[in-house]
Amino acid sequence: MEKIYTRTKMLNNDVVSGFCPGCMHSTLFKLIGEVIEELQIENKVALVLGVGCCGLAKGYVTYDNTTCGHGRACATATGVKRANPETIVFTYQGDGDLASIGLAETMSAANRGENITVVFVNNGIYGMTGGQMAPTTLVGMKASTAPRGRDPKEHGYPMHMCEILNQLTAPYYLERTSCNNPANVVKTKNAIKKAFQNQIDGKGFSMVEVVTSCPTNWGLDPLKSLDFLEEKMLKEFPLGVIRDKSREEN
Amino acid sequence: MARVFMKGCEAIAEAAVRSGCRFFAGYPITPQNEIPEYMSRRMPEVGGVFVQGESEVASINMIFGAAQTGTRAMTSSSSCGISLMSEGLSFLAGARVPMVVVNVQRGGPGIGAIQPAQQDYLQATKASGNGGFQMMVLAPSTVQEAVDMTFAAFDYAQRDRNPVMVLADGVIGTIMEPVTLPEARSSEQVAELKASCRSWALVGHDLSCEPRALVDSGDWDTKGMEQKNIEASALYESWKKDAQAEELFLDDAEVVVAAYGISGRIARSAVSLLRQEGLKVGLIRPKTVNPFPFESFDKLDYHRVKAILDVEMSIPAQMLYDVRMAVRGRCGISTCLHSGGEILGRHEIMDSVRGLFK
Amino acid sequence: MERNLMAAGFGGQGIMTMGKLLAESVCRSTDKNVTFFPSYGAEQRGGTANCYVVISDEEVGAPLGDRMDDLIVMNDPSLHKFLYKLVPGGTLFINNSIVRSEISRTDVRVVKAPVTEMALELGNAKVLNVIMLGVYIGYTQIVPENVIWDTIEHKLANKTSLLPLNRKAFEAGLTLGRQQRGAV
Repeated sequence: MEKIYTRTKMLNNDVVSGFCPGCMHSTLFKLIGEVIEELQIENKVALVLGVGCCGLAKGYVTYDNTTCGHGRACATATGVKRANPETIVFTYQGDGDLASIGLAETMSAANRGENITVVFVNNGIYGMTGGQMAPTTLVGMKASTAPRGRDPKEHGYPMHMCEILNQLTAPYYLERTSCNNPANVVKTKNAIKKAFQNQIDGKGFSMVEVVTSCPTNWGLDPLKSLDFLEEKMLKEFPLGVIRDKSREEN
Repeated sequence: MARVFMKGCEAIAEAAVRSGCRFFAGYPITPQNEIPEYMSRRMPEVGGVFVQGESEVASINMIFGAAQTGTRAMTSSSSCGISLMSEGLSFLAGARVPMVVVNVQRGGPGIGAIQPAQQDYLQATKASGNGGFQMMVLAPSTVQEAVDMTFAAFDYAQRDRNPVMVLADGVIGTIMEPVTLPEARSSEQVAELKASCRSWALVGHDLSCEPRALVDSGDWDTKGMEQKNIEASALYESWKKDAQAEELFLDDAEVVVAAYGISGRIARSAVSLLRQEGLKVGLIRPKTVNPFPFESFDKLDYHRVKAILDVEMSIPAQMLYDVRMAVRGRCGISTCLHSGGEILGRHEIMDSVRGLFK
Repeated sequence: MERNLMAAGFGGQGIMTMGKLLAESVCRSTDKNVTFFPSYGAEQRGGTANCYVVISDEEVGAPLGDRMDDLIVMNDPSLHKFLYKLVPGGTLFINNSIVRSEISRTDVRVVKAPVTEMALELGNAKVLNVIMLGVYIGYTQIVPENVIWDTIEHKLANKTSLLPLNRKAFEAGLTLGRQQRGAV
């Protein structure tokens, strides 16, 4: 019988991921692993992990990685890439990391057009610390630090990082995807692959924002989380390519 | 080698380049701006990288990334900027990544004053960030020493896989003096130094034939984390052998002045003038403030030494804590201090010493 | 032997360049130790500007001594602020185009040089510092005159068109300094 699917070598078979049931981090690390293998960069890839649930991946992936200060992944990746340009470096960051505490580092790396790949996981909430309000929390959505729900008068509105970075001239590629159904999972993989390919080709800053769920801190079971994601999150964060300079080049 | 007339900051930057520094990231702050400015010109000339970070926070984290590849990397700042770097320094020390950080101290706390001071001693030597890590801290008192110490700092850093701080001040950073520069390491030597880090470096290992690198300040496993702390602690203990101090006239001294950095050189000059007056005064000038040269104080004959005069540009005094630990109650300790950007005059030191002989 | 100089004035008067030229000349021409220490206000323009030059046979201890052998004063506020630092018998060099105040001490030597006017006569107000450096060297002979000129030439290697003006300025200062030295 022909073998048409094997588990990616880029995930450690002996390690339990530590991610909650229904969490999409596992899906994303699988997709990233497959992309690394397909692009044949497993001999030169390095991951810069943000702080939060994504940090659980450090033992889960098989390749070189580091955990940097909360929010600093784009700065650390800048250092890695500039000091060792042959390394294929990517960051993996949550919304609190990339859009709140790391906003300056994210914006500035994007503005310099650093030749790095950023995977931004947006589930609208802080995961590891226990469901606090994030810059991407929806209006009205409850959080452990916003028990009456996000109130624009007090908390402002969700931040749209792809659109914000799209105000800058330098970024090469910005796309928002999700993993809420098989079709979107495939699109996400293609987007991530493109973001890595751009780095290999020396094109500059590429970011894929993946809208995901957090069943544990949303207080919903995995299936209801998918409904919430589709009905609420994707309304606030519409999917699609926000910027792709390769289209201008062709 | 011929003497050249150089400003402290520029000499520090050139010494770094000659020691093999190939990555610099920093953010503007007085009085150390000449270091990043110099590096922005010099790095491209030697195939290195200069990045002006969007903040000190970003800069130190760029260093965290660059140094993880084995590249010799440096950043510099001053006082309040160094405080912003404490997060990154803690990560660097926790993950055991070598690099060099230069603090050209100014007045504090807060924004303080742009003029020279020595108000970051305890921060540099005892608690530069969370988690109880330590760095070797070298304290130059002349531009020549700043050059020699910066050059050596990279070697200490790589030897220990740990950050090293050069603790300068606004005078050392901005004065110009004749210096003899060390011979520059060749590009081949620099490449070798980098390659020797490969086993632990974040370069993207070829997983088919090499183990992966995990550069990490943390560990989810508390036993593992404790083990990291134990190993780091053993490293800090091993620095005792590296302690250095300039000792002057200690054989018959009845009063000993203790001072480091800019205060140390002003004190040396005061001590020499007092000797001409016939006063039996000596000097201990720590060149490494971590490790602190406790041995220099143990060598003193406390039947003869009446008092130690701690001289520093910090109010309240900070090195005083180490001096107290070194003296262990064997004689009295007085202070002669300035702070907030006010620079010590040697006559003030001389008056203080004379007072101790009365 | 140690000699301490302080030069003080407004930002923009070329105080720092003057001090640096002197210190660099010492470095180039002797084995002596020398330090140049600048002290600025926080302003980018128009604040105070002082610098200290120490020349010594020994290692220089205090790069900004609290007792000055020589004091160059380019404006009134600096005179009031720093005159006390001059040792008895020390020499005060003043830009008497601008400094009009009475000199309150009688235990110091005073060399007056209207360097602002002299610079304007030469057609460029900016060279007042080179004139004052000439006055200082002509009077003290602390460094051979030609060594200072070599350093100025070296510094202006990329702006050779400015050399004739600076030569005139330096010469004018030297002449005035030598005259006053002879007068003592």
